[in-house]
Amino acid sequence: MSGIPHDTYEPKSGFEKWLDERLPIVGLIYDTIMIPTPKNLNWWWIWGIVLAFALVLQIVTGVVLAMHYTPNVDLAMKSVEHIMRDVNGGAVLRYTHANGASLFFFAVYVHIFRGLFYGSYKAPREVTWIIGMLIYLVMMGTGFMGYVLPWGQMSFWGATVITGLFGAIPFIGDSIQTWLLGGPAVDNATLNRFFSLHYLLPFIIAALVIVHIWAFHTTGNNNPTGVEVRRGSKEEAQRDTLPFWPYFVIKDLFALAVILVIFFAIVGFMPNYLGAPENYIEANPLATPAEIVPEWYFLPFYAILRSFTSDVWVVEFAHWITGGIIDAKFFGVLAMFGAIIVMALVPWLDTSRIRSGRYRPMFRWWFYLLVIDFIVLMWCGARPAQPPYSTISLIGATYWFAYFLVILPLLGIFEKPAKMPATIEEDFLNHYPSAKTPAE
Amino acid sequence: MIKKLTLSALSALMLTAGAAAANEDIEIEDVAFSFEGPFGVYDKAQLQRGLQVYTEVCSACHGLKYVPLRTLEDLGYSEKEVRAYASQFEIYDPELDDTRPRRPTDHFPMSSLANAPDLSLMAKARAGFKGPYGTGINQLFKGIGGPEHIVAILTGFTGKEKEQAGSTLYENRAFPSGYMAMTPPLSGEDVEFADGSPNDLKSEAEDVAAFLMWAAEPKMMVRKKFGFLAVFMLTVLSVLLYLTNKRLWRPVKHPTQS
Repeated sequence: MSGIPHDTYEPKSGFEKWLDERLPIVGLIYDTIMIPTPKNLNWWWIWGIVLAFALVLQIVTGVVLAMHYTPNVDLAMKSVEHIMRDVNGGAVLRYTHANGASLFFFAVYVHIFRGLFYGSYKAPREVTWIIGMLIYLVMMGTGFMGYVLPWGQMSFWGATVITGLFGAIPFIGDSIQTWLLGGPAVDNATLNRFFSLHYLLPFIIAALVIVHIWAFHTTGNNNPTGVEVRRGSKEEAQRDTLPFWPYFVIKDLFALAVILVIFFAIVGFMPNYLGAPENYIEANPLATPAEIVPEWYFLPFYAILRSFTSDVWVVEFAHWITGGIIDAKFFGVLAMFGAIIVMALVPWLDTSRIRSGRYRPMFRWWFYLLVIDFIVLMWCGARPAQPPYSTISLIGATYWFAYFLVILPLLGIFEKPAKMPATIEEDFLNHYPSAKTPAE
Repeated sequence: MIKKLTLSALSALMLTAGAAAANEDIEIEDVAFSFEGPFGVYDKAQLQRGLQVYTEVCSACHGLKYVPLRTLEDLGYSEKEVRAYASQFEIYDPELDDTRPRRPTDHFPMSSLANAPDLSLMAKARAGFKGPYGTGINQLFKGIGGPEHIVAILTGFTGKEKEQAGSTLYENRAFPSGYMAMTPPLSGEDVEFADGSPNDLKSEAEDVAAFLMWAAEPKMMVRKKFGFLAVFMLTVLSVLLYLTNKRLWRPVKHPTQS
């Protein structure tokens, strides 16, 4: 499967040969877990395993929770409290699932920013990147719909605000919104379909994950230098790589165990820290909460959505040039989705031939600023939409777009790359001088 | 029905009005509850006192509809005591087409007053601490502040009143809009505790807040025990995997030394 030359599976016993001629599944598994992996991968490369674990954790806990949950506006919160009070281990199960979403998103953000820094999106890994962005989008849908299920105040009003975004589309928005909700407002029909989709989408994610892994197993992993593995011969490739099993599996599992210590400390000792207290109040269509705040992992994009108010000149301009079709609300929606689209298009927006941010002296500072920008936007998203937060959000949103649409295309032209190691082996030996064998 | 709708619409209006004026500078005092922190446990005597305050005062208007009466055994009551306690509340039984005394398998009643919120989850439904700058980071040290918020409300009445839309509102330092519809429920010495514990306003408020925390999170101890077990086992696993990883990589990183 991989383009890097490596040992392949040889069926030995009679049964193995028999099976291999009919279904080469052992060979497939062998090729997958023995894939030659750059030996200089650093700790930023462990989040893939964390993500795979989070997906399995969410599916397993979610399937059990679904056995006790009732998707009905009058019974949803009652059934959640039944889980919390009567179901054996129910409280731990639900808190694990609720915080599992945070683990999932935390991991996906580190994973995405890892990719952005080390240029993992660049040729030939564009398809891996695009699939990854699709996974992220489906994750957002899944997380959002899961949050609606307890039918608390934030569930209800979050659903109202987010589906309202589709209502902002000119001409057809209202029909789309009604179609999504199954009625004129968020109600029982909405809850039912969200439950159905919340159960379905994780399996779509699982399928996309397989394609994601398939794609990067075809191109090989990126690595901190961005230098490709030498593929001239098996011996040459072996100087740059080690098989995934056991070297990286054990390393990743160690990292996963450390992360899970923190995760289960949160589940055990402060499970409500990341949630909105208002969601322990039953949904009430007549009482709008003071602040409708989404979960922390949506906040940066929520801040971008809210930052483009009608007094911003680009919005006024868009309003004027389209004859009023694009109003502030629709502009905000476009900006929010646009913020993700520009990220998905980064393989073609980044003009630099150098992959890794390590050897791009100017790029790295813009990148660090992007990370800070992301955190600042997250903070603004949780604050009321008024000065100074609205101004900070607008600056943050502008930088987000500027990074992808202006800075990355220009940097490739103006930037002088730093000196890079010629091979992965060289980089590895720079780190571990004692790895040089006297025989060589 | 119409009356109910009007009432909830009104309370909704009041809530929103309150929200608009929401003042983030409201100082909620941190209370050192026995159940805080990873090692904290509920103080059963305090929960029993809190139940007494709830039963004699709060339950006149507020319900605990998600709390099954049988779980009162967690507070140290015997099955018989719980049965006796439950029977003071009535419930409509469709099989009898009549009311009957509640049994331990029933839940606490719902709120008897339409705009009195149910208190089952109240201790988790408000954040007492939000700072600094709305980041919520101080919750890491103080907790979310739900029970503290309840104490602050119960002890926050200033005694000032005002008339609005035909109803009397009472000024409260801890309430976001400053004025709330609830009459000050506690004034100190409202209940007589059997164990002779102090029954001043602050003690009563803390006891009932602790009880409401239990009502909202009855499985807190189970959860913390799970937390310890998971953290302990995973720490051991981390150490083992660290050593395994180190040993596995040594021939690659330091071939001459191994």
